[in-house]
Amino acid sequence: MNRNTLFGGAYAVAFFSFLFGPLVIMVITAFNSSKFPRVVPWECFTTGWFGELFGNQRLMDGLLNSVIIGAGVVALAVPIGLAGALALSELPSKLRATLYTVLILPILIPGVVLGISTIVLWGQISRGFGAGGLYNGYFLTIVGQITFISAYAMLVFIARLQRFDATQTEAALDLGATPGQAFRKILLPFMAPAIGSAAFITLLASFENYNTTVFTVLSESTFTTALASKVRHGTDPSLSALAVIIITITLVGALTNEAYQRRKEAEMGGRASRSPLYANPVTRALTHPGVVFAILVGIIAVVSFAGSRHDSSMCEAAVLQEKLDRQEELRAAQKARIEAEQKQQSTLPKSNSAFGGAFGGLGGATPAPESAEPAAPKPESPSAFGGAFGGITAPKLEE
Amino acid sequence: MPDTSRPDQTPDRSVLLDHVSIRFGNFTAVDNANLKINSGEFFSFLGPSGCGKTTLLRCISGFSEPTEGKVLIGGKDMAGVGPNKRPTALIFQHLALFPLMSVADNIAFPLEVRGVSKKERRKRADELLEMIALPGIGDKKVSELSGGQKQRVAIARALAVEPDILLLDEPLSALDLKLRQHMRTELRAIQKQVGVTFIYITHDQGEALTMSDRVAVMSKGVIEQVGEPDRIYNRPRSAFVASFVGENNALQGVIKVQSGETAALDTPMGTFEARVGGGRKYKAGDKALLFVRPEQLVPGAGDNAFEATLTRQEFEGATNHVFAKAGDSELRVSMVNAGLAGSLPAAGETLSLGFAPMNATILPVADMASDT
Ligand SMILES: Nc1ncnc2c1ncn2[C@@H]1O[C@H](COP(=O)(O)OP(=O)(O)O)[C@@H](O)[C@H]1O
Ligand SMILES: [Mg+2]
Repeated sequence: MNRNTLFGGAYAVAFFSFLFGPLVIMVITAFNSSKFPRVVPWECFTTGWFGELFGNQRLMDGLLNSVIIGAGVVALAVPIGLAGALALSELPSKLRATLYTVLILPILIPGVVLGISTIVLWGQISRGFGAGGLYNGYFLTIVGQITFISAYAMLVFIARLQRFDATQTEAALDLGATPGQAFRKILLPFMAPAIGSAAFITLLASFENYNTTVFTVLSESTFTTALASKVRHGTDPSLSALAVIIITITLVGALTNEAYQRRKEAEMGGRASRSPLYANPVTRALTHPGVVFAILVGIIAVVSFAGSRHDSSMCEAAVLQEKLDRQEELRAAQKARIEAEQKQQSTLPKSNSAFGGAFGGLGGATPAPESAEPAAPKPESPSAFGGAFGGITAPKLEE
Repeated sequence: MPDTSRPDQTPDRSVLLDHVSIRFGNFTAVDNANLKINSGEFFSFLGPSGCGKTTLLRCISGFSEPTEGKVLIGGKDMAGVGPNKRPTALIFQHLALFPLMSVADNIAFPLEVRGVSKKERRKRADELLEMIALPGIGDKKVSELSGGQKQRVAIARALAVEPDILLLDEPLSALDLKLRQHMRTELRAIQKQVGVTFIYITHDQGEALTMSDRVAVMSKGVIEQVGEPDRIYNRPRSAFVASFVGENNALQGVIKVQSGETAALDTPMGTFEARVGGGRKYKAGDKALLFVRPEQLVPGAGDNAFEATLTRQEFEGATNHVFAKAGDSELRVSMVNAGLAGSLPAAGETLSLGFAPMNATILPVADMASDT
């Protein structure tokens, strides 16, 4: 029993470290001033990588492009997906299966193929009709992405529509609603949660898409393509800073959603399911999803502001100074050694290597060569290494 | 209620089914329905499930067009008129209340789509809630209502636009027995109050008989008989109607002789005289069925007397259901409980039974075979 829980605990720890370990490491590296993303050696706590990230013009331009393209994709893919789902639900079952396969196909086709075929097709069209204005990265990327992203949206809508009671629409018609009114007042409100999810999924899918976008975006770049080319040139902790931002946004979204779900559940269920949190007016107000969101955003704002005021330049300067000092030290040592060598060369022409003394010293247990003997009693070591090893072996030589 | 807003003489709220047939491919769901439902009538379609009642109702409300024939409402041909343009309101089998709207918004929905102002809508919703005896629940969610309340809200919603015809598709089937019986009275009262033509669909003969002015009995898409409840019960025109509406004992036999309204039938239990159903003509030797209801079988000699052996009985308070064997057929006899002054017969006892010729009906065998 005890062994089981021990094993279970260990397994849980291993599992969660596997899941979240990389994220934790990444977050830590975002605040280390080291030029390469790493945790040890820790140099200085810094918020400078965020500045570095926001200062990267190529990434920021890509972000703006991603937002524009994402908005376009959401605005087109969601209605297209909804229309497709509605069309499917109206068809007789045989036709439905066929059309379903056709509509789902773009998901199964590799993104690379979609990207290339999009530029080929629209290249033809723009040349053929002289509509050269259409042949730009924004338009092509939106068109290329919605070919498969609208199918994602459609899947979301199909799942929701399956739970729709068609007699609701009939009842609305029977009560005098026009088909348009029945759609707006009955079906759309029912679909609202699915429209929300579909918008979210399509936005994410558009944002993170690489395979298709890298072709269709032409000379422009989106956030993802810019990021990919940056990584190709070597990584630095500003990418960790980006990860911190994304993780934070995700956490805020998840916590707000959780507060919303719990509240909804408490409202749906009877009094019994209500926790004392909802009974007290203060905690009740505090756990309102809007308030939770506001508090989280407030905390982030304060932390960001404090972070932006944090100046690690002193520490970094100190680290730099330390490095310089050390460099200086090494240089001095080297200089000393070279001088010593030059001096030695005049007195001991045979030992011309820095290791000469060391090996000579080690070899002291066996009958030492004559020439080494005078070097041993010398208080000054010819090299840093020579001194160290020489020091160890020196007593043996004196025996 | 609709009368107050329409001070002119009551509009024509009749429905005429003019040789209506509805087919799905080769399958005939409604076969040549031809009848008139009068203005302000409570009219029921009664039949087992799958006999085409819902199909016919959807055709009247405009969700489907008849394959053959015409539907006329208020004397006007409804061909090509959509459900939102017909003066009908349908109460669906599962009510189809809108779960995302409050009770008041549900009731006011027909007004909303007609562009009535919000204030006016709320006022009308409150009036209707008053009428269905549920004042003050306008702000509740539909999910918070009980089955009976939902039922009444659905009726209020259907009546909000003052339809000429209210169509109800087995609206009570989801309720428990007590509530069902209560709602029967209530529905009848609402119908009297608003004066709208009610077309009611049910597979429950008790509902059809208690509420309706007239009943149409349907079987496999065919309307077998139309008439007042007592005529349907006492003068069935087909073996299906005789056996589907109420309890009945059927005896097989051969016609001996017909003399006008009555005929003599030879059965294994003896020769009985009975009324000829549906004004049919038989010749000697025709096979036929004799139907006699359990409560028409009375103890003691007299007309059509015979003897039977009591096999078992089910005591149900007011009535005692007795099962007796006569020849090779088992008969059902309902006896009024005479209380302590009388006595209950015991199993194995021989009963002398008889029935009046006018209280039994002779019907042809053929349609019995096709109907059950
Ligand atoms: N759209 C349809 N397509 C094919 N058959 C149908 C359709 N609607 C109803 N039916 C058939 O018509 C018959 C009558 O159905 P329905 O009117 O719903 O019966 P009821 O309401 O009396 O129980 C049933 O056998 C049913 O299967
Ligand atoms: Mg039905």
